[in-house]
Amino acid sequence: MSAAVAQYVERHAPRAAAASAALLDVDGVTVRFGGIIALDGVSFTVGEGQIVGLIGPNGAGKTTAFNAISRLYRPSAGRITFDGTSLLDLPASAIAALGIGRSFQNLALFRSMSVLDNVIVGGHARGTSGFISDALRLPSARGEEATLRARAHAMLGFVGLDALAHRPITSLPFGTQKRVELARALASRPKLLLLDEPAGGLNHEEVAELGSLVRRVRDELGITVLLVEHHMSFVMGISDKVVALEFGRVIAEGTPAEVQADDKVISAYLGKAR
Amino acid sequence: MAATSGLATIPVAASGTNWRRIGVAVAIAAALVLPWLVSDYRVFQFTLAGSYAVALLGLNLLTGYNGQISLGHGAFFAIGGYTAAILMHRLGVPYYLTILPAGAAAFIVGVLFGLPALRLENLYLALVTLSMAVATPQFLKYFDHWTGGSQGIVLRKPAAPTWLPIGNDKWLYYQMLVVLLIVFWAGSNLLAGRTGRALVALRDHPISATVMGINPVFYKTCAFGVSAMFTGIAGAMAAIATGFVAPDSFNVFLSISFLVGSVVGGIATVAGAVFGGFFIQFIPNLANDISDAAPWAIYGLFLLAFMYAMPTGIAGFIRTMAVRYAPKFRTAVGEQPTSQPGSHS
Ligand SMILES: Nc1ncnc2c1ncn2[C@@H]1O[C@H](COP(=O)(O)OP(=O)(O)OP(=O)(O)O)[C@@H](O)[C@H]1O
Ligand SMILES: [Mg+2]
Repeated sequence: MSAAVAQYVERHAPRAAAASAALLDVDGVTVRFGGIIALDGVSFTVGEGQIVGLIGPNGAGKTTAFNAISRLYRPSAGRITFDGTSLLDLPASAIAALGIGRSFQNLALFRSMSVLDNVIVGGHARGTSGFISDALRLPSARGEEATLRARAHAMLGFVGLDALAHRPITSLPFGTQKRVELARALASRPKLLLLDEPAGGLNHEEVAELGSLVRRVRDELGITVLLVEHHMSFVMGISDKVVALEFGRVIAEGTPAEVQADDKVISAYLGKAR
Repeated sequence: MAATSGLATIPVAASGTNWRRIGVAVAIAAALVLPWLVSDYRVFQFTLAGSYAVALLGLNLLTGYNGQISLGHGAFFAIGGYTAAILMHRLGVPYYLTILPAGAAAFIVGVLFGLPALRLENLYLALVTLSMAVATPQFLKYFDHWTGGSQGIVLRKPAAPTWLPIGNDKWLYYQMLVVLLIVFWAGSNLLAGRTGRALVALRDHPISATVMGINPVFYKTCAFGVSAMFTGIAGAMAAIATGFVAPDSFNVFLSISFLVGSVVGGIATVAGAVFGGFFIQFIPNLANDISDAAPWAIYGLFLLAFMYAMPTGIAGFIRTMAVRYAPKFRTAVGEQPTSQPGSHS
């Protein structure tokens, strides 16, 4: 079967079949801000166990797509289904418990907290203790606290930052804070991890290390990854599939090789190549 | 990874909590011997200071930890005080059984108030809570059938049991100390746990906190309720200690004093509530002693001096000193010697 045929089959396979295999199914999602259409009928899927790259020039709508999945933005049309659950019926604070973790393009850490506490908050959705059990230090709350703490240390260790656990978060450089955000997202034991420009602020060598870290997230922790990145060699190197956006529309979807060769993608990036 | 290689890693001693424990133990020991060192009138004043400390813990939880400004906590103090007074005076309930209902009443009002407060940005919330403080005295006078109008309610002060060889003021002091310790124990547990981190996360970065699965409506409303509950308990403590409630003692100035005390003591700290309680109770008296003619000018000077010398509050100041002069404390909290603690807003 030639690549062209495979591509044809993938594009034209019945939606239902694709949906049953996909962990995340974004279907015809439109997001408007006043007159601006940030996303215009965007559809793509992320299969379980995949690393999917979401690329596109500045302002293409990548972060908006993440924010729609996180329920921070309300789409005016379309559906988003995760693991059989329709996300658009849920409030933003219910998404983490379903198994979606994310990082932010511009850091969104808790600035008064230590590195460790930031990551422990990441596990909030996996806890149940409330005002009363916390205030009375009931055994259930203490046990849960120990679990969250252990998980946070483990995830800091996973990203190679456990030695900095007790440092104030604001004392760390940008790139390191981004890795704390990754650990924080992992602390909620997600099935799907959304990473918005994880390589931002990293040098060449660090980008390579990040690549192997993201692979380990998938291979060792079994977490599906959807990542936004401008760093082309990084995305193309680790993604199983790449989705390209331009002006809020999907202009290409396929393997890294296919997307890189796509005329629309090339012209979208002409003059904007990094 | 390369990004971390430039950062010295600090060995983490487990003694941060030990230092804190020692501080708490010393404070409790001091509180236990205190009544035997000062006059009965001072003992009474310390009882009141303790009630203010409990009120400030409530306010700190809301304003310091959760970032919701309240200029109206005097109203919750009044609700607690009047609930206790009405239960004692009209229904003959023993004073020690009025503290929990006072907290419950304030909790309910706090939740009802917290729901609409969710939609308000900081300054607007400050104004709305201020309006609550402004209305409180007249509100109390209006329902004079229950509240005794502007005369207020005079209560019988609890007397020490005859078999106990201590005066009434000491007896009351120790009972209120027990209440204070219970509230502070519960409050600091709450703030140290999952709930407290959720409150701080919502203050630091509401969107990020929401994405972590923290429900802002639930936590902010409950924070309002619990904060009001603590302050209501404090109002009951003060009413029992004073043996008297009257509308004009719950004026706007009380609410503003609470905010002042909580900032001077150290906002977003548990210990700061105790220091702030002392400030509220003793600084106006001290100002009066210094100058009969212009006590509020002196009070203002004290306030300026405190904020100038200790911009992070008394609790923040002590922490800074501990970090600077006690190397073990420094490693325990993982602080770099050069960094300034208390950098949060
Ligand atoms: N909250 C908002 N209000 C108004 N317009 C917005 C908002 N968020 C995004 N937009 C607009 O939507 C479009 C898509 O923005 P988005 O941030 O999703 O782009 P992006 O692909 O993430 O770009 P970048 O690579 O620069 O991060 C832009 O035109 C942007 O100005
Ligand atoms: Mg973006």
